[in-house]
Amino acid sequence: MNALLKHRLTWPVLALVLLLLLNQVFRADFLSVRLQDGHLYGSLIDILRNGAPTILIALGMTLVIASRGIDLSVGAVAAIAGAVSCTYIYTSPDPSSLQTAAVAVALAVVAGLVLGLWNGFLVSVVGIQPIIATLVLMTAGRGLAQLVTDGQIISVSNDSYQSIGAGFVLGLPISILIAAAAFLAAGLLTRRTALGTLIEAVGINPVASRLAGLNARTITMAVYVFSGLCAAVAGLMISSNVTAADANNAGLYIEMDAILAVVIGGTSLAGGRYSLVGTLIGALIIQTLTTTVYTLGIPPEVTLVFKALVVIIVCLLQSSRARTLLKQRRRPVTATSDVKVAI
Amino acid sequence: MSVVTRTPAPLNRTRISLLEGKARYAPTLATVGLFLAMFAAGAVMYPGFLSGQVFLNLLVDNTFLIVLAVGMTFVILTGGIDLSVGSVVALSMMIAAALLQAGWNPVAVIALVLLTGATFGLLMGLVIQVFEIQPFIVTLAGLFLARGLCYVISVDSITVTDPFFTAMAQARIPLGGRMFISPGVVIALLVVALAFYVLHQTRFGRTVYAIGGGESSALLMGLAVPRTKVLVYGISGLCSAVAGVLFSFYSLSGYSLAATGLELDAIAAVVVGGTLLTGGYGYVLGSLAGVLILGIVQTFISYEGTLSSWWTRIVIGALLLAFILLQKLFSRKVTVT
Amino acid sequence: MNEIVPVVDLRGISIEFPGVKALDGVDLRLFQGEVHALMGENGAGKSTLIKALTGVYAIDSGTITVLGEQHRFAGPAEAQDARISTVYQEVNLCPNLSIEENILLGREPHRRGGIHWKEVRRRARAVLEQLNLGHLDPGSVLSSHSIAIQQLVAIARSVQVDAKVLILDEPTSSLDTEEVQQLFAVIRSLRDNGVAILFVSHFLEQVYEISDRMTVLRNGRLVGEFMTRELPRMSLISKMMGKELDALTELDRSDVRARPDRTDAVPLLLAEKLGRKGSVGNVDIALYEGQILGLAGLLGSGRTETARLLFGADRADQGQLTIRGTAQTLRSPRSAIDHGIAFSSENRKEEGLIGDLSVRDNLVLAMQASQGWLRRIPAPQQDQLTEKFIAALDIRPANKDALIRNLSGGNQQKVLLARWLITNPKLLILDEPTRGIDIGAKTQIQKLISTLAADGMSIIFISAELEEVLRLSDHIAVLKDRRMVADLPNDGVTMEDVMTIIAGSAA
Repeated sequence: MNALLKHRLTWPVLALVLLLLLNQVFRADFLSVRLQDGHLYGSLIDILRNGAPTILIALGMTLVIASRGIDLSVGAVAAIAGAVSCTYIYTSPDPSSLQTAAVAVALAVVAGLVLGLWNGFLVSVVGIQPIIATLVLMTAGRGLAQLVTDGQIISVSNDSYQSIGAGFVLGLPISILIAAAAFLAAGLLTRRTALGTLIEAVGINPVASRLAGLNARTITMAVYVFSGLCAAVAGLMISSNVTAADANNAGLYIEMDAILAVVIGGTSLAGGRYSLVGTLIGALIIQTLTTTVYTLGIPPEVTLVFKALVVIIVCLLQSSRARTLLKQRRRPVTATSDVKVAI
Repeated sequence: MSVVTRTPAPLNRTRISLLEGKARYAPTLATVGLFLAMFAAGAVMYPGFLSGQVFLNLLVDNTFLIVLAVGMTFVILTGGIDLSVGSVVALSMMIAAALLQAGWNPVAVIALVLLTGATFGLLMGLVIQVFEIQPFIVTLAGLFLARGLCYVISVDSITVTDPFFTAMAQARIPLGGRMFISPGVVIALLVVALAFYVLHQTRFGRTVYAIGGGESSALLMGLAVPRTKVLVYGISGLCSAVAGVLFSFYSLSGYSLAATGLELDAIAAVVVGGTLLTGGYGYVLGSLAGVLILGIVQTFISYEGTLSSWWTRIVIGALLLAFILLQKLFSRKVTVT
Repeated sequence: MNEIVPVVDLRGISIEFPGVKALDGVDLRLFQGEVHALMGENGAGKSTLIKALTGVYAIDSGTITVLGEQHRFAGPAEAQDARISTVYQEVNLCPNLSIEENILLGREPHRRGGIHWKEVRRRARAVLEQLNLGHLDPGSVLSSHSIAIQQLVAIARSVQVDAKVLILDEPTSSLDTEEVQQLFAVIRSLRDNGVAILFVSHFLEQVYEISDRMTVLRNGRLVGEFMTRELPRMSLISKMMGKELDALTELDRSDVRARPDRTDAVPLLLAEKLGRKGSVGNVDIALYEGQILGLAGLLGSGRTETARLLFGADRADQGQLTIRGTAQTLRSPRSAIDHGIAFSSENRKEEGLIGDLSVRDNLVLAMQASQGWLRRIPAPQQDQLTEKFIAALDIRPANKDALIRNLSGGNQQKVLLARWLITNPKLLILDEPTRGIDIGAKTQIQKLISTLAADGMSIIFISAELEEVLRLSDHIAVLKDRRMVADLPNDGVTMEDVMTIIAGSAA
């Protein structure tokens, strides 16, 4: 029991369950999932489907944060990916064929990889702090997306493309399957190879990692490229879901949601040990929170207030924990002499 | 959440090798030079560009950004960052519009808005300082919170019809030769002057620089480091509120989605203005020049009919990157063990 | 020096940390117009004593008397109010501000409407001139000056508050000879103006050059107070190390091993005049397969710096390095590792452990790094390797999933050793592998080193304990004041031999 209380996923899971139960109280059919025309429907499915882009981006963000970094550009990258694919479909001679959709997806993915490589280059080769390096793409990215779409909202009608965000396979929304596949892929990629451990090693102690012979540059590159890829796929989902590319609003504030999901999931912003399962739960909490606000009849935009409060509370919890740990040691008055602390 | 580590002054000192002596003005001078070059280029390329009013319009159209950049300069000089400013601008506009609509006295409205902004910033500063949480995550939460509070006030746009605000929006201060500025320009320039005075003539201002140079050293020198760190976020919040009022004078409305991404413009203006993101180096006048450069980019794009508005974002991003790389070059590490 | 009343009189100072008596009844007297050196090996209690005097640590017993008045400092500010100033090795000033601001920051003169900059300049200039630093431009940015000047500015700041006692903690460790002289000139002028100066340094020659009197500590206890000119270097060293010279010569040499150089073979590693500016210089090493080279020297003499150069952790900018007959430049630890070199740092916590990872993850880290991230060492192999070394090195708890930060120091050290042993290095550099670990683990590690060398591995062994170095090494390289000054084949080298070299005037 004690071990269960101490497990770092206990509280996030508890929070998720409480949120779901709260919804159930207000809407009796909340937890029910029904089969209709061979498709699964229900609030739970909606949460998963709407949360899919956040889950994807949060997966990439988890690895970036584990390596002591941060990627603020994911929203912009998602917008660019959507813009690239929709513009390609819109301008192609055969805008409704499967082949066109496939090329569009490939282009978007390549765009995501290139942008991730760019971030990784700025951080690991040029040596700019991650917040600042990704801020550049965050600033310019939406401009680039608008450049691609020529400032228009590009609507496309391509059934294959639309199915990414809105289609069903085996009764389940495709976006959920993609998110699940990405989750498994990230898990396998980091835990079947040594990447996960090496990312954690760099995130926990970069100096010792270097002395043990790790090539931090490759690892840093890898996490930002992965983050770019995740953001691109999320961008595809978002644009496919509305069958349009909106350079200004696609993925707006999604970087905040992703960071929030990672933090709720128990991964420290200081880097080091990470939990993909935790991030998944974190993302689901955020999506459920959004749904809850909706269920309670509060204007959906106000969700931002709740998210802000959650961030602050989670941060304070983690911070005060650190403080109690510090207090247990005998601490000298201050580190060195000559101090007059005033507040 | 990471605890800000109070490292003792590092053994490997970073020497700002190219910022030595008088050369410390170099980045700011580069900014001013760049501005003049762009203005000259504009004069050559477009008829009618070379006029006092084109220059003055850079000020008139960017009053709120100037004030924001001033607040951001304080924060960045200490080595922090404030991502919440855009949202606080929007919140200030919403509060102002809603209260004016409810028939409040405009002076009371402005006072309340300024008080709210300053309090908001101070609270963020307190969280950053007391709980030792990274500034970017706290101000990110601030961004969410302020934006969300806008929606709490109203999801729709509120028009401002208050006579004082409309008068301020329409007022023009003639400067002779058919040139004019708006009252907002006067306010913005006053803010710049006041910030310059505070940064260079008061112990508080010097403490801001000292913290950016080395927080633990500043502590050992007996400076009021914690108080100063909280106050800079208060100043940034206050500046955001002033910018919100100026933006209201400019747009005569309150809208929840207003000023999105403005924090990025403010950061870009400060960085382009020659302030080091790691803190300690930079001038508020540089930030003013940074805003003017962002403004002239916009003017260029509007003069060049074929370029679309999104080029502004791309160029700002490119400028931001260029200046970050310049800073990187300036502050090449000289390792002395 | 007449026996006048001391400016500072510490009596019977004791400070106890949980489990450790850091200071045990230590006395220290500082006199006006005197430079007093505080001497002792690493862990002798020097820095604890300084922190007691500057109010950073509260004392458990004893008395602190400053200028005839008894104090009980509750914090550094109070010590400063008693006019005790401290200048640290890492300059605690703001590099981005001007010299004058750094001198007066926090007590700038004001006039109506703000800081009185003219007066700031006037006062700064006055202090600088007082220290013979009139040539410095008070308006220039601090970072544009060398560390030496920055240190002098820090001293100027303390002079500006009219300090009666100035503590200089390792002020010279990053200065070159000329800069040291500049600093000493300032110290002498302050001394002549009646300031009592406490000088802490690892550089013996400097201590003899500048100090009038010294207090020697060992293991938290007072060894004694001596007039510098009456204490020969040899006796100082033996007092610091706690060995009388007679006892030193009687070291048990039964298991001393000295393998002859195999001059026929190509040396595994050949360093010629290797060095790095501001770090260490003149490193000449020829190391053959299966040999153990011990690095001897006082703390701060450049032992760790030498190891870092040979491992590529710092890049050498002088001299030449040849590995198995081919000239090499080591750009990073990675390239050294590719040449079969391994390095276990003395700073376990910051440069060795990945604290939040398990024993197993830590143990296979270097091997994994060599294989690249794609080719993960299969879990069964990881387990098998870990279990093997847990058994072989007697690592406790014998739990491969335990977080390494929860292990004791000795066991952490064994894991770090194992990290390198599984990579099968040709050359293993061990910096203080036995420090801070219990005696049992220590013996185990010493035995392991002998066995490894017997199996053909070359080892560079660094330890502050000279006996250990003498007992294990085939060759002993002696470092002093950041230069290598001797290379002795261990054909019966005694501690006295080594200490004579360390004590001798600069080679």
